This record gives sequence, C-alpha cells and structure tokens, in this order.
Amino acid sequence: MPVKKKAEAVAVEAPKQQKLALSKQQLFHFLRQMRQIRSLEERSAQAYGQGKIGGFCHLYIGQEAVAVGAVAATRPDDYVLTTYRDHGMALARGIQPVAILGELFGRVIGCSKGRGGSMHMFDKQLNFLGGHGIVGGHIALGTGAAFSSKYRGEDRVVLCFFGEGAVHNGGFHESLNLASLWGLPIVFVCENNRYGMGTAVERTTKVVDLHKKAESYGMAHGIVNGMDVLEVYEQSKRAIAGARAGIPCFLEMTCYRFRGHSMSDPVHSHYRTKEEVECYREQDPILLLTEHMKNHGLITDEELSELERQVSAEIRAAMDAALASPEPDPATVFDYIYKNPIRPGTRR
Amino acid sequence: MANLSIRDALNQAMTEEMARDPMVFLMGEEVGAYNGAYKVSKGMLAQFGPQRVYDTPITEGGFAGLGIGAAMTGLRPIIEMMTFNFALQAIDQIVNNAAKMHLMSGGQFCIPIVFRGPNGAAHMLAAQHSQSFESFYAQVPGLKVVTYSDAKDAKGLLKTAIRDDDPVIFLESEMTYGQQGDVPDGEYTIPLGVGEVKRPGTDVTIIAWSKLVGQLALPAAEELAKMGIQAEVVDPRTIKPLDEELIFDSVRKTNRVVIVEENFKFCGVGSEISERIYNRCFDDLDAPVERVTSHDVPMPYAHSLESAVLPNVGRVIEAVKKVLYV
Ligand SMILES: Cc1ncc(C[n+]2csc(CCOP(=O)(O)OP(=O)(O)O)c2C)c(N)n1
Repeated sequence: MPVKKKAEAVAVEAPKQQKLALSKQQLFHFLRQMRQIRSLEERSAQAYGQGKIGGFCHLYIGQEAVAVGAVAATRPDDYVLTTYRDHGMALARGIQPVAILGELFGRVIGCSKGRGGSMHMFDKQLNFLGGHGIVGGHIALGTGAAFSSKYRGEDRVVLCFFGEGAVHNGGFHESLNLASLWGLPIVFVCENNRYGMGTAVERTTKVVDLHKKAESYGMAHGIVNGMDVLEVYEQSKRAIAGARAGIPCFLEMTCYRFRGHSMSDPVHSHYRTKEEVECYREQDPILLLTEHMKNHGLITDEELSELERQVSAEIRAAMDAALASPEPDPATVFDYIYKNPIRPGTRR
Repeated sequence: MANLSIRDALNQAMTEEMARDPMVFLMGEEVGAYNGAYKVSKGMLAQFGPQRVYDTPITEGGFAGLGIGAAMTGLRPIIEMMTFNFALQAIDQIVNNAAKMHLMSGGQFCIPIVFRGPNGAAHMLAAQHSQSFESFYAQVPGLKVVTYSDAKDAKGLLKTAIRDDDPVIFLESEMTYGQQGDVPDGEYTIPLGVGEVKRPGTDVTIIAWSKLVGQLALPAAEELAKMGIQAEVVDPRTIKPLDEELIFDSVRKTNRVVIVEENFKFCGVGSEISERIYNRCFDDLDAPVERVTSHDVPMPYAHSLESAVLPNVGRVIEAVKKVLYV
C-alpha cells in the first residue's frame, strides 16, 4: 500500500557560514563538478532513451552534493567506493566523463573496459574501488580496504557510500561492528534519499534516525544535510580526520533523488507524490550553492553561463568520444576471468 | 622427508608463507587464542602476534568481505572458515565479490585470497554441518577450487594457493587432519591444475580427490587387487583448474571409469568430468562412466542413515564391477 508522505523537507537553511573558509576557487570547483554530474546524468538519460545504454541505469540527479562534498574532503590516496548509483561518485573521484560514458555504452574506452557497465565503474589509479550491485555487499569490502590501510601502517581513509536501503542488510551491521571493534579508518556514508526503489524508509525500520544505529557498535555518528555541499564537505572533513586517527564514523546524509530509482521508474509514481518531488526540487543542491555564491558575490551571471556552456560542451564532446570508441572484441571474452589463468596440466 | 600430519603440513604451509611475505595474514573464528577450532593454526598467534593472526567475531559475511577488500588493496589474506557449511553466510562475498571483481573492473583489481577450512561430512554432524561444496564453487568462473588427499599435497598446494593472485577455495577435511604422510624437506610448491596418479593400474580408472582417495579409492583398489583387478587411482587434486589430460590419459589406458565424490549426485563434479570424458574419450570407453556420490538427501543424523547417504568402499567396488561387467 502506498504511504502518503507529506512534503516534509530535510531541514534546509541557506548554507551556514563557512567554518572552513573555503576559497572562491573551491566553491567554483564544487559547482562545476555538480554541474558536470548533472549534465552527464541528463545526457545519460537521453542516451538511455535512444537505446545506447543497456541494462540498469541509476541516475544520481539530486544527490550531487554528497559525492562532490564528501570526495572533496578526501586525499587522493584515500579509498572511495559506492553502490550501483555510481556515475556521480566516479566523476567526483576524478574519472573522466569519457571513461564513464564509455563504460555506460559498453566500449573499450570505459573505465572498466566495458566489462562493468553502469553499476560497476572502477579506477585503481584513483583508488576508486568500485560501484557495486548487491545492496550491502560492498560495505565489508570498504571495511577491508580500511583494514588494509591500518595493517600496512598507512593513514589512508576509506569513504564507503551506500543507500539507506542497505542499512537493514547484514553486511552493514557486520561491517560497522568490525570497523568499530578494530578501530579501522573508515567513514560509512549513508545517502538517505528516503526511498529504496519504492519503499520509503519509514516502511523499513522503527529506527528512522538511521545514524543512531551506529550506537549499537559504539561508533561515532552524525546527520548531515546532504543537499548542502558545504555542510557535506565540512562534516566529511571532520569525520575523515577522525577516521585517520582510528575513529570510524557513520554519517547519514539526507538527500533526495529527483529521478526514478532506475530508468524504468518514473519521477513520481505511487510511492511518492509530485508535490513531494517539487518540494525537494526547491532544495536542489546546485541551486543552493549557486544562490550562496551569488549572495556572497562569488560568481557573476556571466561566469555562471560560461560555466554552463563549458560543462555542456565538455560532456557533449565526451559523449562523442565515447561513442567513437569500439565495443570490446568478442575474441577477448575470456579476458580478466583470472589474473593468473592456468591451462590445466600444462605445468606437469 | 619428514613424516607429518596433514594438520602440521597445513600449519607449515601457512607459517612459511607468512614468514616469507608480510602481506599474508590469517583471519577467522578461533584461529588465534584458541589455536584453531581444529588446531590447524596452532602456535601461529604466538609466533606472529595479533597483527598477523586475527580472531574474528562470528561474522562470516563480514570477515570474508573484509578479506576481499583487503585483497583488493594489496594484502594476501588467508581466511579460515570454521567449516565450509558456515561459508554459506559468506557466499555472496565469495561469488559476487571475490570471483567477479577482476572481470568487473576490466582487470584492474585482482583478489589474491584463500578461503580455507573443512568441507564435507565428518561423523554424525547432521544436515547443517555435513555438506560438500566442491561443485558449488567449481561452477563459478573466477574461483579456483583446490583439494588434497595427503600431507605432501596439502602443504604444496596451500603454499601455491596463498601465492596465487586469484581467489582460491581450499577444501580440507576435519577427518584427515591427523593423517600422517611424508613431506619433502625444505621449500616446495605444487602447481594448480596438475593432478597425480595415486596408484597405477591397468583395468579401471577410479577418479577421486580429497579424503575419499585415502578412505575409499585406495582401499577399494586394494580389495579389487585381491580379485585380480588393477585399478588406477587418479587424483586431480585441483577441481578447478582441472587436469583433464591426466584423466584422459588414464581413461585411454583402462577404458573404464568410476568417479567417486562426496558431493550430491545432481550436478556434482563427476557430472562435469564424465561429460568431458564422453566428449574426448568416447571411442576409448568400454562401458558407461559410473559415479559414486552422496545420495541427494540432506544428511540425516543417525549413523545408519548417514552411512547410507555417503559413498563407501562397497559402492566403489560395485561400480568397478559394473564397468568391468563382472
Ligand atoms: C541484495 C540485494 N537485494 C535487492 C536488490 C535490488 N535493488 C537494487 S537497488 C534497490 C534499492 C536500494 O535502495 P537504497 O539502498 O536506498 O539505494 P538507492 O537506490 O536509493 O540509491 C534494490 C532493492 C539488490 N541489488 N541487492
């Protein structure tokens, strides 16, 4: 039965006074990346409609502030991993749009050489440990990367993202327990966009303050307005600093996806109303940052339209380059099954 | 040569590899302070300390996944499953993550990890503690599946598994940890994908691996010898990759085959091996391949029923007689 949800907003205020004194340049970078993600996702939606992308395709539109703000708070040698809703995260981590689009189109130029697709973007150089398709299944992998960092005596931190749907999965609980028990350098980031497919969070748990679940594991936790890139950045910075010192943390970032769960799900259907979607659209993270920058005289209308023009041209060019890349040669179908393929008997 | 139990051979393999490579570590339930549920890791915590030997909570999915994440980022974990029955709680990690990561990432991330522990029935442990899993794991592209039937193979193969860059399912048996055998002195490894003839013969090929080599195939061969039948016992050792040439060579010589395994019959490893034999050695066969397996029954507790489910020497001998038409 669809639950009527009144359009109750995540506490939205204008972004607070920046405590970290971000430079104009940095804010510009945030805005640019969020626009890039938005543009890439809009183009992907079009391409999907044209049959250029196969399988599932989960758009990140509406959640850009989480990826951009949180990843900006990492060092390049930190690890990042996320779910199948990974295009935005991949871009925020530094994967080139052409490699993301190439992966979506199943081309050799793709960041996983066309073997992964929409849900499985990887980049070893960038310490991007992937997009993962099994809800809750990758949280232990992130925990393992944090273990690895600690084992080697490094101070690299893991940023492990997942949806609120994963919080009821064993993988989440087993991972938080181990990370807390062993003091692993990891920040678990729950992107609470309120729905797992069509199931509202209230229909999945009695404890809707999801971040409090960390208390069962003696882990630090907090809630963050995931529509506000500055708050995301600031809170992530703080959590990452803690994790680097061996104190893992669970951050719940409240956000909203403006599109359907995947391409087959309309923007609003039985499970959420048009009014609710509209209400959240007013808190569009890109809008919020743009207004903030305008209000503080950090961007002019001309700079803004120049940015839009640049981003749009860049994504269009990436699209063309991706489409120009060939599909993988069918003769390579057996590549990458094993790192050390062994022809049986050959070593006798 | 030293005469060692399989338990000590496995322990030596892990100890030598951990001493050789600081990226190798051991993790699992009771592997440290308790010295291992079956004492395979005895003394390792004392030797290597808690930075190399990790006792975990009972959280198979958690520590299997943690191990895979550690392997993605440069470590070489040995993950002990108290038994493979419990690894079912981690099968999502093993199948969806360990086996698929290298391909999904276009070859960027390999997973050098060993999942090891006892597999198969012990004695009257009932339905949830008695299953054999070779056929489960062997079905999955991206995994390697290794067994051993004696102390020398146990050590040589475990060392190779630890050095391998792909996920290896290393299947042991709590029934044979005490089994003694000669183990070469000093450093040695045994390659994956290379089987061994455990007893030469001319009349029939008995294919078996893991504890059934010592428990069924070799004793059956001794019995058969008394009847004037010379059975060749072939142990492929690694189920995947499978040394099919060794099998075919034997089949071409004996023209008759019995495959012995503890898996359920339906979609067992023997189904795959017989298919390959039919395909490549059809004209060499003088009789259809016979299979001796566990029956397709969740393991009952009672001794009489457990014995009725598991393969035994009598059934192997019957099968041999059938392929020899005697
Ligand atoms: C273990 C598992 N069960 C079911 C699915 C199918 N599925 C894919 S996404 C999804 C909803 C997940 O929602 P959430 O975690 O909130 O993430 P979001 O899609 O909102 O980003 C489901 C049920 C899956 N991929 N994995």
